[in-house]
Amino acid sequence: MKRVLSQIYVWILLILLYSPLVFIAIFSFTEARVLGNWTGFSMKLYKNLFTGGMQGASSLVSAVENTLLIALIAAAVATLMGSIAAIGIFNMRGRGKKTIQFLNNIPMLNPDIITGVSLFLLFVFLHISQGYLTVILAHVTFCTPYVVLSVMPKLTQMNPNIYEAALDLGATPSQALRKVLIPQLRPGMISGFILAFTMSLDDFAVTFFTRGTIGLDTLSTFIYTDARKGGLTPELRPLMTIIFTIVLVLLIVINVRQASLAKKSSR
Amino acid sequence: MIKRQHWSIPYFIFLVFFVVLPLVLVAVYAFQDGTGHFSLSNIVKFFSDGDALSTFAVSLEVAVENTAICILLGYPAAWILANKKLNRSAVTIVLFIIPMWINALMRTLATAELFNMLGIGLGKGTLLFGMVYDYLPFMIYPIYNILNKMDKSYAEAAEDLGATPSQVFWKVTVPLSMPGVVSGILMVFMPTVSTFAISEFLTNNKIKLFGTIIQENINSSMWNYGAALSLIMLVIIGITTLFNNEEETKEGGVI
Repeated sequence: MKRVLSQIYVWILLILLYSPLVFIAIFSFTEARVLGNWTGFSMKLYKNLFTGGMQGASSLVSAVENTLLIALIAAAVATLMGSIAAIGIFNMRGRGKKTIQFLNNIPMLNPDIITGVSLFLLFVFLHISQGYLTVILAHVTFCTPYVVLSVMPKLTQMNPNIYEAALDLGATPSQALRKVLIPQLRPGMISGFILAFTMSLDDFAVTFFTRGTIGLDTLSTFIYTDARKGGLTPELRPLMTIIFTIVLVLLIVINVRQASLAKKSSR
Repeated sequence: MIKRQHWSIPYFIFLVFFVVLPLVLVAVYAFQDGTGHFSLSNIVKFFSDGDALSTFAVSLEVAVENTAICILLGYPAAWILANKKLNRSAVTIVLFIIPMWINALMRTLATAELFNMLGIGLGKGTLLFGMVYDYLPFMIYPIYNILNKMDKSYAEAAEDLGATPSQVFWKVTVPLSMPGVVSGILMVFMPTVSTFAISEFLTNNKIKLFGTIIQENINSSMWNYGAALSLIMLVIIGITTLFNNEEETKEGGVI
């Protein structure tokens, strides 16, 4: 009885959480420009999205491209810098270590809007014209701390003797780094990269303040401007549905894999 | 040991340049008038500006209400999910995490559109509902995490010593799960105070939150006043963060 009640509670919450997304998904399969008008099943919005047969198509497509490109570059830079920094921090002692760990926490604790406004002021102060470069720099700023935190546990778990054994057996420090250290850190680097990538994809406020006035749009800022103009571009419905499906499938696959790996290792 | 402590130097310089310097600039701009001279006028302006003060009060109120509702709804959910007797499926947990991975703006717009279609007028009620909808997963996840990792022998020991189930819950489980609740509060409260787009969409711009007036000032080139408002928000964050202990912030990874 208790079990049934608690399952009912959980599923009511889930239905509430998912109803808007499901609602968008349902209405992505009809042509009506006004959301909530069902004018029969149609794949036209999907076709428009992929063939660009709609108003403002090029700006939506370029917004998606920008989003992915910025996320990819920012996540790659953050992973590189964060992993190197993590190795450095791990080997530090005392006050220096505390200071850099404290600084590393700031971007994670700051709300987006503060990160955005403060970086905006930095670029204004230095007279740097805002565009792709400033958005990427800003994204690297709030992504790198997550990479550092993903790589750090791998360094703590690692047996330091392996690295020294490699050196004793005649490996140069750079060989030991490439062949011993990096393979050990790889899982942390990968999850740091994924985290950084999704943080960048999700971002709205920081991009909004650092994109300048050159008309650079990511998906978030596109949606924002679009919604403020009144009425959402109908082609966003299939786009949201596709993104939602990708995330759903990806996360379920990752988690099922993790669960089966955990089962294997506990055996 | 691997002697590579100097490897953190580039990142340290990066942090000073892109984290410390910008925050210093917020303070510098906040205490300057339009001509670059030191001045308290922006701070004075905020405390004598009725609209800004009431926006500030409304933001705090909405944030407190949102956080409270998220705890009330989220704690039981997290507890059920972490309880192996009540929930055997891992999929329900994933289903609660997934919304955290979808663009908040997209989810908010979907909610606002749903309200529009159902003919529900946008206002305070829809704002709160949408906020809870957006932030509930961020409350459930850290509490679930803590409850899941919790050593079950404490609860068993309490039971063996004669505690009733409700005593076990209130005197053992709840106190032990407080770190999760605290990080949940941090993940819900501060973003609620600072959002700007979400409140615009969910109330049709009828109710402004603190983030919105920061954005409006920055965008209309009132940088000094915008910086002063940001500084005030930073102070609030500082106060909220004092409740946090260092361990929570070290948990990365949401997968």
